[in-house]
Amino acid sequence: MNLEEHAGKAILAAFGIAVPRGQLADTPEQAAQVAASLGGEVVVKAQVPTGRRGKAGGVRFAATPGEAAEHAAALLGAGIEGHVVRRVLVEQRLPIRRELYVAVAVDPAGRGPVLLASAAGGMDIEQAGDIARLPIDILDGLSAGQAAGLAAGLQAGPELTDLLLRLYEVWRLHDAELLEINPLAVLADGSLVAADCKLVVDDAALARQSLAPVAAPEATALELRAASLDLNFHQLDGNIGVLANGAGLTMATLDMVRHAGGAPANFLEIGGDAYTRARPALELLLDLPGLRAVVVNFCGAYARTEVMAAGVADAWQALSPSIPVFFSVHGTGEDAAVALLRDRLGIEPFDLAEDAVRAAVEAAR
Amino acid sequence: MILRATDRVAVWGVTGRQASFWTERMIACGTSVVGGVNPARAGALHLGLPVWGDAASAGAFDVALLFVPPAAVLAAALDAIASAARLVVILTEFVPVHDMLLVLATARRAGVTVVGANTAGLVTPGEAFAGIMPAFNARVFRPGRIGVVSRSGSLGTLVCLNLVRAGYGQSAFIGIGGDAVPGTTSREALAALEADPRTEAVVLLGEIGGGLEQDAAGLVRAMGKPVVSFIAGAAAPPGRRMGHAGAIIGGAGEGHAAKRAALEEAGAIVVATPADLPAALQRKGIQP
Repeated sequence: MNLEEHAGKAILAAFGIAVPRGQLADTPEQAAQVAASLGGEVVVKAQVPTGRRGKAGGVRFAATPGEAAEHAAALLGAGIEGHVVRRVLVEQRLPIRRELYVAVAVDPAGRGPVLLASAAGGMDIEQAGDIARLPIDILDGLSAGQAAGLAAGLQAGPELTDLLLRLYEVWRLHDAELLEINPLAVLADGSLVAADCKLVVDDAALARQSLAPVAAPEATALELRAASLDLNFHQLDGNIGVLANGAGLTMATLDMVRHAGGAPANFLEIGGDAYTRARPALELLLDLPGLRAVVVNFCGAYARTEVMAAGVADAWQALSPSIPVFFSVHGTGEDAAVALLRDRLGIEPFDLAEDAVRAAVEAAR
Repeated sequence: MILRATDRVAVWGVTGRQASFWTERMIACGTSVVGGVNPARAGALHLGLPVWGDAASAGAFDVALLFVPPAAVLAAALDAIASAARLVVILTEFVPVHDMLLVLATARRAGVTVVGANTAGLVTPGEAFAGIMPAFNARVFRPGRIGVVSRSGSLGTLVCLNLVRAGYGQSAFIGIGGDAVPGTTSREALAALEADPRTEAVVLLGEIGGGLEQDAAGLVRAMGKPVVSFIAGAAAPPGRRMGHAGAIIGGAGEGHAAKRAALEEAGAIVVATPADLPAALQRKGIQP
């Protein structure tokens, strides 16, 4: 879960990391009020749980409360990277002397946390080549000596050492995949203020973290329905419905459709324990607009194909759609699954998955 | 991480419904399952196997197979590592990343290998299997000389089926799992197959997201054995998680094209569709 900036900053503040004075606003009038109470120049920042917000025009400076209201009016209701802006954060504009970049991330190659720091903070950190990387042993944690070494490399003193130690603590205690401050503002007096905050909490750890939920990106009605059924589903723009078990097989089936010259209408996988939910999954899929054919590709490992085939047959018989369906079924429970499809739907699965896909692409032409 | 018939396997969570189903099949395939662990059922007999309260009270074992819920993985894995298991295989999906980092750091210090999490397990056809693969299905697995490395159980099953249909068999199947931080990487699995005298060539099944395939490409160049590959997700839109925690195109290098290019540059054949893998093996001079 990607927290909105204000939520991340509230956590930083609770751990003793300074953040700019500011307040949320969900109307232009409120934005003007906040700007007036802060006094001086302010920044109006769209609150959307995504990066690249600055490049998308989601961060604007205002010299007066009236200007802050104008910026808020332009941002509220606008879309940024698939998210609708519901509120803005109005903050004091900091007298920044220089901008640093600091982050703690998961390093898949090192299989541990890594502390990242750069003297070149700001919007285009992705392009900055000079990022210092300090791998951390998660069993030992980050030591003061390590943090001090990194701070010295950025020509910064004990303030930064202290901040890095707190940053790691926030990362660790919040099951974060990424905690990034970019920019970390160095003010004229040498004090450090987190001008931004990106905190991505591991979805698998949300149960043990008490965090306010974040609005999901704009989803189609079918995607919302899939989420309520706890199914992995993405709506795409093709006309061939795809149902398969397991992430790898489902991706591969989409690739087969594309390779055969067709266009997949969706990603929908019923691997893991979702294999028992083939019926609602197929019912969902059959509601996709403009569907011309369906391909069902099962390769049961943990997912038992006879259970999935029964769910598919239930849905197909209940809805009796007028489009054709093509099957390939192998793996755990295969013989029972094939017999079931033969008996209940009168359909003989293709031996080769690619042949089932080709037949579906042909039928969709 | 190639499972042998002599490896003694202990199953954590053995008394669960799914774990029972798969443990029975593992035993039927020749796996040396010596017992199970469940603190709540210590002292019981299940599927004819002893159930222990923890690893310390267990009989001797080499492989810990974890069939426990996500929140129980950390404690179970640390328990297994402390009792000097050689290999810990974690089948569980949705294990918190920080828990995995703790498990992997502890395992590294203890010299224990971890496979997974979110893996379908290990299969050595004709010998043994530990996990949730249809090892008992002769159309999918039969003894042979092709090593298969896969992030996905379902795609791994499809490809093993294609290999058997074309007359090949497998020396080993190594499921590394679909998580973003796997205990065993593609590269490490390739290294194990390169060192395995029964393996003649390797099928590497990758997918979009992360940098495992690029990392593996570094070894492919140096390997004596041919490598053929399929990378799932060519048709996947960027920024969307495609079922696996690790399968999301974040940066430019995480898409299909970059991975394909890295592997091809290293000398692997990367095919467009899984059914083309047997022909790719032939082109590398590997006959059924």
